[in-house]
Amino acid sequence: MNPSLNALLVVVLVLNLFALGTSRLVTVIKIVSLQGVLLGIMPLLIETEIGMSVIFTSVAGIALKGIIIPFMMLRAMRDVQIKREMEPLIGFLPSMLLGALATGLALLFSKALPLADEHTTQLLVPAALATIFVGFILLTTRVKAITQVMGYLVLENGIYIFGMLLLGAMPLVVELGVLLDLFVAVFVICIIINHINQAFSSLDTRRLVSLKE
Amino acid sequence: MAFFMILFPLFMAVVAAVVPSDRIRPWLLPVTGAVHLGMVLLVLANPDLAGETGWLVLDPLGTIVLLVVSTLFFFCSIHVVDYLKHSHTKNNRVFCICFNAFIGVMTLVTWSHHLGVMWVAIEATTLVSAPLVCFEKTPSSIEATWKYLVICSVGIALALLGSFFLAYASLLAGIEPTLTFEHLLHQAPLLSKPWLHAAFVLMLVGYGTKMGLAPMHTWLPEAHSEAPAPISAMFSGALLICAFLAILRIYHICITAGDLAFVSPLLIFMGLFSMAVASVFVVGQKDFKRMLAYSSIEHMGILALGIGMGGAALFGTMYHVMTHGMTKGLLFLSAGNIYHAYGSKNTDHVSGALQRLPISGTLFLVGFLAIIGSPPFGPFISEFSILSAGFNSGHAVACAFFLVFLLIIFIGMGATVLKVVQRRDPTPTPQPVFKESLQSILPPIFLLGLVILLGVHIPAPLSDLLHNAVSFLEIQP
Repeated sequence: MNPSLNALLVVVLVLNLFALGTSRLVTVIKIVSLQGVLLGIMPLLIETEIGMSVIFTSVAGIALKGIIIPFMMLRAMRDVQIKREMEPLIGFLPSMLLGALATGLALLFSKALPLADEHTTQLLVPAALATIFVGFILLTTRVKAITQVMGYLVLENGIYIFGMLLLGAMPLVVELGVLLDLFVAVFVICIIINHINQAFSSLDTRRLVSLKE
Repeated sequence: MAFFMILFPLFMAVVAAVVPSDRIRPWLLPVTGAVHLGMVLLVLANPDLAGETGWLVLDPLGTIVLLVVSTLFFFCSIHVVDYLKHSHTKNNRVFCICFNAFIGVMTLVTWSHHLGVMWVAIEATTLVSAPLVCFEKTPSSIEATWKYLVICSVGIALALLGSFFLAYASLLAGIEPTLTFEHLLHQAPLLSKPWLHAAFVLMLVGYGTKMGLAPMHTWLPEAHSEAPAPISAMFSGALLICAFLAILRIYHICITAGDLAFVSPLLIFMGLFSMAVASVFVVGQKDFKRMLAYSSIEHMGILALGIGMGGAALFGTMYHVMTHGMTKGLLFLSAGNIYHAYGSKNTDHVSGALQRLPISGTLFLVGFLAIIGSPPFGPFISEFSILSAGFNSGHAVACAFFLVFLLIIFIGMGATVLKVVQRRDPTPTPQPVFKESLQSILPPIFLLGLVILLGVHIPAPLSDLLHNAVSFLEIQP
């Protein structure tokens, strides 16, 4: 049992719901970056012996998810001049309720999972599942390209939370490789978002249907 | 050698970034291709040179994929110089950087024996190849790139979750949590079953997205039809196979754990479903590059079906990786020439290719005959061997569906291909002047040679390699 870790995870779960409930893109970006910072702190709470490599990945994670990616997303937002998400396929309030429901179900479901003894009292598994689900809601129900990217980042955060169970399985190089991939992904996506905006004069992904059969 | 093989293309990518001339820069690609292929052949001839480390190991499965990737890249890199010359987009700096890096990260996929490294490499292949798809910056190519990036990134994220589940399965077995392939393979029978099964499903869905298995294939027809032809050839013959290699890794762990009965129906279903989807969309397809993309989905389905049936079908499946790669290279490169000569991919505007482009038209037609599995070409041997193994191992129903889908795809593709090559030329005087240069026809001619060679006779070293791969999959450590 690790009370401060569980407290952080509860904050992450609440942030999920806020991300679902707002239409302002700046708010979503800020929420996701705050989530990234909280995730970066977690390994420091879990590890009993804090070595250089833990501190290093932690700092790299916080710098990337808390500062660099939000900065890139805000710049992309400014370049394409949009501020708000449009009314999504599932409204803001219903999707928030859906997220809350998913969180509850994740808590129940993880009780049924075969977990190692030291993990049964932690919120890591339900928090990971709920965050992944929220990421999927954002990805599938929002129409602006930028919000979909935020959904992808939330999904990635959820997977990262699950990775906390396995500190040690991912060596430093691989951990950094994952972060590098994330950075390049956001970088490439920002460029493509710019292209989409120029070619379609909009970031509404519902317009990207000319190639459908 | 491992590091050199991976880092050399990345180094060439840096060189491409600093070369100022758009005319000279593409020539770096054939240099990379030749050196890379040379290194691969050197390592094959002399395994002591491989210089394996803990995470970078060249096993027989990786060797087969590496050989296909490298050979295909060599031919595509020659063709692409000519392709870029005829392209409307003149600035090719980003293109050359990414194409060089592309082969580097794909090499990393084939070498990696750590599932975390493998994941990083496969995600990297998506990221470096996305700018290649939208090279021409048309709205439709940008749309294709967006779908490719988002769908594949999300899919591969699920595969990362699957990898974590696998590590958790080892943690529950009372072992230090690990993602090293050797460790997982040795301890496979001990792994916690529920987590292992969940890991398999997630990795099949995740890497299956990248491999183009239906119903996660939706990015594939778009990206294949919008990307420049040599890139489509690399996607179809090499990139999808890299994702297949990742699925083979988890498949290997599962069958070593004694779970063939769990994974086999899933793979057979996915395989047949992919073939079904391909046969539905290939009929009446007007875009001939899109038709080739659906054919890729079909062939990925055949690979999934092959490993799903397991046992004797594995030989044919691994052989099919080679024959499909070479044939698709031939088809996409000749399709690229046809596209440049007509400025369109639509059969409403393209016809009479045999008159306008006698050589490319013939190559396209012959490539079609090869890909649908007619003798004496390579795919015939591999598909026949999968089918006969399937019938012998009691998968008669799956094999019957296999044959039906092959027939539908034969008819569907045939209609489109014949429209392209036959009939009269719509505009008797070709407007965009395109002459078949040696550089644009020699790569597909050589690929055709390989396809025929693979169909008539399996060279001894290759047959040894295939047998090694099969026994590598079957032997319990």
